[in-house]
Amino acid sequence: MLALIPLLPFAGFLVNATMGKRLPKGVSGGLASVAMLAAFAVAASQVWSLMGMAPEAREINQVLFNWMATGRFSLDMGFRLDALSAVMILVITGIGSLIHIYSTAYMHEETDADFARYFSCLNLFVFFMLLLVLGANALVMFVGWEGVGLCSYLLIGYYYEKASASDAAKKAFVVNRVGDYAFILGSLLLFWTVGSLDFVTIGQTVKAMPVETSFGVLSLITLLLFIGATGKSAQIPLYVWLPDAMEGPTPVSALIHAATMVTAGVYMIGRNAVLFEHAPITLGVIATVGAATAFLAGTIGLVQNDIKRVLAYSTVSQLGYMFLAMGVGAFGAGIFHLYTHAFFKACLFLGSGAVIHALHGEQDIRHMGGLKKHLPVTYWTFLIASLAIAGVPALAGFFSKDEILFDTFRHGHTALWVVGVLTSLMTATYMFRLVFLTFHGEERFDPATVGAHGHGGGHGHGHDDHGHDAHAAPASHAGHGTHGHGGHLHDAPPAMALALIVLAIGSVAAGYIGVPHALGGHNALGEWLTPVFALENTQQAPPASLNAHAGHAAAVEGPMAGDAHAAEATAHGTGAAHGDPASGETHDETALELTLMGVSSAIAFLGIGLAAFLWIRNRHIPDQMAQSFSGVHRLLLHKYYVDEAYDAAIVQPIKAFSIHGLWKVADARVIDGAVNGAGALVNAASSALRLLQTGSVKTYAAGTFLGAVLLLAFFLWR
Amino acid sequence: MVALGAVVGLGGLVISGLVGPSNPTPEKEAAYECGMPPVGDARERQSVKFYLIAMIFLLFDIEVAFLYPWAMAMRDLGWPGLLQITLFFAILVVGYAYIWRKGVLDWGPESDPDYKHAPRPGPAVIKRYRYGTRH
Amino acid sequence: MTTYSFDAVIPIVCVILAGLVVMLAEAFRGRGEKMPLGGLAVIGLVGAAASSVLLWNRNATSFGVVTADNFALFLNLVLVAVGLMTVLITAQTADRDKLPAGEFYATALFALVGMMLMVQASDLLVMFLALETMSIAVYVMTGIRREAVNGTEAAFKYFLLGAFASAFFLYGVAFLYGTTGSTSLDRIGTIVASQAMAPNPLVLMAVGMLLVGFAFKVAAVPFHMWSPDAYEGAPAVVTGFMSTGVKAAAIAGFTRVFLSALEPMIGYWAPALWVIAAATMVLGTVVGVQQTSIKRMLAYSSIAHGGYLLLGLLAGSDVGKASILFYLAAYALTNLGAFGIIALLGSYSRDNDNLRDYAGLWHSHPVLATLMALFLLSLGGFPPTAGFIAKWYVFSAAIGAGYYWLAIIGFLSSVVSVYFYLRIVVMMFMTDRDARPVPAPVTGIALAGLALSLAGVLYLGVLPSQVIEWAQASVATIF
Repeated sequence: MLALIPLLPFAGFLVNATMGKRLPKGVSGGLASVAMLAAFAVAASQVWSLMGMAPEAREINQVLFNWMATGRFSLDMGFRLDALSAVMILVITGIGSLIHIYSTAYMHEETDADFARYFSCLNLFVFFMLLLVLGANALVMFVGWEGVGLCSYLLIGYYYEKASASDAAKKAFVVNRVGDYAFILGSLLLFWTVGSLDFVTIGQTVKAMPVETSFGVLSLITLLLFIGATGKSAQIPLYVWLPDAMEGPTPVSALIHAATMVTAGVYMIGRNAVLFEHAPITLGVIATVGAATAFLAGTIGLVQNDIKRVLAYSTVSQLGYMFLAMGVGAFGAGIFHLYTHAFFKACLFLGSGAVIHALHGEQDIRHMGGLKKHLPVTYWTFLIASLAIAGVPALAGFFSKDEILFDTFRHGHTALWVVGVLTSLMTATYMFRLVFLTFHGEERFDPATVGAHGHGGGHGHGHDDHGHDAHAAPASHAGHGTHGHGGHLHDAPPAMALALIVLAIGSVAAGYIGVPHALGGHNALGEWLTPVFALENTQQAPPASLNAHAGHAAAVEGPMAGDAHAAEATAHGTGAAHGDPASGETHDETALELTLMGVSSAIAFLGIGLAAFLWIRNRHIPDQMAQSFSGVHRLLLHKYYVDEAYDAAIVQPIKAFSIHGLWKVADARVIDGAVNGAGALVNAASSALRLLQTGSVKTYAAGTFLGAVLLLAFFLWR
Repeated sequence: MVALGAVVGLGGLVISGLVGPSNPTPEKEAAYECGMPPVGDARERQSVKFYLIAMIFLLFDIEVAFLYPWAMAMRDLGWPGLLQITLFFAILVVGYAYIWRKGVLDWGPESDPDYKHAPRPGPAVIKRYRYGTRH
Repeated sequence: MTTYSFDAVIPIVCVILAGLVVMLAEAFRGRGEKMPLGGLAVIGLVGAAASSVLLWNRNATSFGVVTADNFALFLNLVLVAVGLMTVLITAQTADRDKLPAGEFYATALFALVGMMLMVQASDLLVMFLALETMSIAVYVMTGIRREAVNGTEAAFKYFLLGAFASAFFLYGVAFLYGTTGSTSLDRIGTIVASQAMAPNPLVLMAVGMLLVGFAFKVAAVPFHMWSPDAYEGAPAVVTGFMSTGVKAAAIAGFTRVFLSALEPMIGYWAPALWVIAAATMVLGTVVGVQQTSIKRMLAYSSIAHGGYLLLGLLAGSDVGKASILFYLAAYALTNLGAFGIIALLGSYSRDNDNLRDYAGLWHSHPVLATLMALFLLSLGGFPPTAGFIAKWYVFSAAIGAGYYWLAIIGFLSSVVSVYFYLRIVVMMFMTDRDARPVPAPVTGIALAGLALSLAGVLYLGVLPSQVIEWAQASVATIF
C-alpha cells in the first residue's frame, strides 16, 4: 500500500514519457494530475491509519525486496511511514496535486510533446521525492535525493533553447552533486561506524554512543551529511544554484524550489535527529550557517528586481530559518516551518506565475505595479501568503517562525536570535516591497505589449521570457473566461485560481495545527512529531519511566519543544536536571514566549510599515539610498559577488587546469600541434604519419619510462 | 647487487663514450652493405609479402620446434601427450589453411583477389615516409 | 603428472574452437558469400558461459597453471557478456564500415581467449602468454580498418607502447623467478611471505616492474598515454571491447597477483598504488572535461573508471575484491552500451563522434538517445543504475579500509565527471537538431544487444544483491 504512493506518479511518468507525444494536452495533463490526486488519497488514508495507532508505535513499514546484501549487513528497498514522513508525504502529494492542476492551465501553450515532457518530469520528480521521504534507509533516501536533483535539472532546463536556462540547469546539477557526494560519503562513513543504514537502527545504535563533545567521527559524519543538505536545500556555501533555478517554469519553482525538494535537507536532518544530537559541534555549525544564510539571503532579497528571484532569495532565507531550528535542536519547530512554508511559498510562486502569465512573461517588478485591480484573485492570495511569510499574527508563518525564534532564544543562542529577528524584519520588508511594487502604485507595464495580447485570436505569449513562436491559442484558452475584471489583463484561469485559493487558505489555516501552549493551543504537530525525535530521549530512560512521563500531563503537553528540551537534556547527559520541567519554569517560559511573540509581531508590522513607507509613500527614498550607499547596493544587487567568486576560484581553475595544465601535457594532440577533432580525417591523414615519426609515441614511451623509473626508485629507496 | 650491476652496465657505456677515440669518416658513417659501397637509400621499399612470409616462417618455425621436445619425451608423455601435441598441431593446421586460402603464399598481384581493392598509400605519403621529413 | 584435468580450460577451449571455426569459415568463404559468422561466435561464447556456470564452486585446475576458481569464472561471465555485446553490435556495423567480419570475429574471440586465460592463470608465465595473446589480438582489432588512418596510427602506437609495457611485465616475472625460483603464484606467495619483513631488493624491483606492466594495461596514470589515442582511433565497437574487456582482464590479473602472491608486500606497493589511483581518477576526469570528441571523452572517462577500480584493489579487503568484480560487471555493461550507441551512430566516412553530432539526437533517435542517457547516468554513478551501486560498493570498500582521502578524491572526481557526461545529455536532449544526415536505422540485433545491456544495467542497479552475493562468493574461496 505504501509503495503505491510513489508508484502512482511513476506510472504517470511512464505513460507520459512513452506516449505523451501522441496524447492531447488534456489527457496527459489530466493523467498526471489524477495520478497525483490518487497518490494524495492513498497517502491520506495511510496517514489516517497511522493516526489510529499509539503514538510510540506509529510506523508503517513495507519492504519491497532485499536491495543488496554486503557481508554483514543488508539493505532493503524499503519504505517507512512515520509521523515525520507523514507530514512530508501530505505536503508533497497535496501541494504537488495543486501545482499539477495549476500547471495544466499555466503550460497550456506548449506543444503536446513539450507538455507531456513537462508533466512526465514533474511526475517523475514527485516519485523521487516520495522515495526520498519514505525511504527506510539512507540509501533509498539517496536514490530519491539524486533523482530529485536530476528532475530538478531537467525541469530547470525545460526551456532549453534559452542558454541561461540550460546553464542554470547545469549549475544546479553540478552544485547539487557536490552536496550529494558529501551526503553519500557521510552515509558510507555512517555505515562503517554504525554498521547499518536503516534510520531506526542508526538511531538506536547512536543512542548508545556518547555525545561527542570534541570533534570525532560522528561530527564528521553529520558534517558531511549537512554539506549534502546545504546542496539540496540551498544553504551557504552551496546556495548559488537556487536563484538561477528560477529559469524553470514557475510551477516548477513552486513545487521543487520552494515547497518540496529544497526542504529535503531539513527533512534529512530531522530524520537523523538522534545522530545530529550526538554531534553538538555540527549542530552549532548548522545553526550558524542557517542563521547566516537566512540573513544574507534576506539582504540580497531586498534589492532584487526579478519577481521570482526575490521569492528565490526569500526561499533560501526561510530555509535558513529551518536549519537554524534544526541547529538549536528544535527539530519539531523546523519541520513545522517547513510545512507552513510549503503553503505560503507555493502560493507566492504560483501567484507570481499568474502575474507573469498575465503580463506575458514580464518578470521585472519595476515594470509592474497597479495590478491589484486587474488581478484580484492573484492579488488577494498573494497578499495573504505575504502576510503569512512576514509573520503577521494568526497566519501560518507566524506560529512556525515564532516557534523557531523562541526555541533559539530559549536555548541561549541570543546572538542567533537577534539575527533571526533582523531577518524577520527584512522578510516582511522585501515581501511587501514585492507586493507594493507589483500590485500597488501606478501601472508601469507596457500597455502596448499587454494590450496587443488582450483579445484577438493570435496569442504570442511568452512565459518566463521564453520566446515562443506565435501560434494561435487554442479555443479553450482558459483566460477568456475570467478576465471580466481588468480590461486587457486576464486574471488566473480557473485551474490556476483554484490552486491559489486553496494554498491561500492553507497559508492561513496551516498554522493552527501547531498553536503553541502559550496561546492556549496544544501544538498538535509538535506532539505528533515527538515520538520521532523523542526516540532518543526516551532511550536512556527505562520504558516504565517513559510511561510515567507520558501520564504526566505537564510532560505530554509540556512546552511545545518539550521534545527538544529533553533532547538537550540527553545531549548533556544529565537527564535528571531538565527531564521533567517544573511548573514554575513552564510559567516563566510562557511569559517569555509571549514576550518574544510580541517582539516578532511588532517586527512583522514594522517591516510591512517600512515597506509601505519606502515603496508606496516615498518612492524616491529607496533610490536615494541606493545611490548614497551605491557600494552596498551594488554588492547586494550582485549577490555579494559569490557567483563571480566561485567562478574565479573553482570553475576557471578547473577549466584552466584541464586546458592548459593537464590537457596540454597529457593529451598528445596538443603536444604535436596536430589538428583537433577526430572528424578532420583529411588533416589527420597528413598528420598521422607525422605523428608516427616525430615522437608522440616517443613522448608516450618517455612518459611510461619515466613513470616506471619513478616507481622503481620509490621501491628501492623508500 | 643492483647498484653494482648498474655501475657495470652504465659505466661501460659511459666510459667507452668518453675514452674511446672518435674520428668519423664518410666511409665509417655509411651504412654497412657487406663491404660493398652502399647503393641507394637504406630504406629501400620491399614488397610487404616479404614481411608476411618472414613472420609466418617465424611462427611456424618456432612452433614446430615444440615438436622436438615432445618427440624426445614421447614415451614418457604417453597418450595424453600425443593428444596434446595433436591438438596443437591441429590448431597450426587451421592457421596454415587460413593463410593459404587467404593467398598469403601466392606470389604476384593477379593471384591476390584483394589486390584490386586493397588500399595503397598515395605517392605523397610514401615520399614522406621514405625520407622521414616532418612535413 | 599422469592425471590430466581439462576441466578448468573448457570455457577457454569453447572460445578457441569458436575462433578457429570462424577463421576457417572465413577462409573457405567464397567472395561475397554471406555466412552467419557472428552466430558461430555467439555459440562459442554461450558455450563458455555455460561451462563457466557449470564449473562454479568446483575450483578446478588444469595443468597446475590454469585455475577455474569462482573469481575467474565470474569474470569469465563478464568477458562473455563483453564478447556477446561486441558481436551483436558488430553485426550491424561490420558491413557499413567494410570490416572484414570473419577476421574481426576471430580476432575478438582470440582476444577473449587471452582475457579469459589471463583471468584464470595461476602462473606468471601463463599470465604473460595470456597478456600477449590478448594484446596482440587487440592491436589488430584497433587497426582493423586498414584504410582508416586514425585507426592505423592508433594500432601502431598501441602496439609499440604495449610491447614496451610487456617487456616490463616480463622483466618483473624474470626477477621474481630469479629470487624465488618459481613462476607459480602460490609458490611465490609463500616465499615472499617468508621474507616480507626484509624483502630482497630484487623482489621490490619485480613488484615495481609488474606494477608498471599492469598499470599500463589498466591505463593508469602515468602509463595511460596510449589509451586516448588508441580508443579514439579504433572503431567504436573495438573501443568498447577493449575499454571493458582488456581492463577487466588486466584488473583481474592485477588483483590476483597483487592480492595473493604479493600481498605480503602490501606495505610496499600500496603507497605507490595510492598515488597512481589518485592521479588516474583526477586526470581521467579533469582532462575529460575539455574533450569534444565523445569517444575521446569516454576514453578519459574509462581511465577514471580504472582509477576507481584501483581503489577497490587498494582496499584489498573481501569487500574490496568483491567490489572490483561487481564494478567490472557494471562498468562493462554500461560502457559497452555507450560505445555500442556511438558505433551505431557512426557512418563509413565519419565517426560522428563529435559532441555536436549528438545535438538533438532525442528528436531523430529517441530510443538511442534515451539509452545513451541512461548509460551515461550509470557511468556517472546515478541511482538506480548499476554504476551507482558499483561506485557505492567500491567507495564503501575504500572507506572501510581507511582510505578516506582517496575516497574523497574519488568523490570529487566523480562530481567533475558528471559535468562531461551531462554535456552529452544536454546535447542530445536540449539542443536542436542540426541538419545532419541521419545514419541508417538500427537493426533488431544491435538493438537487442543494447536492450540486453540496459537490462543488465538496470538489474544491477535495482536488484544487485544476487550479483553481489556471487561476487562475494567468488572472492570468498580464494586469496
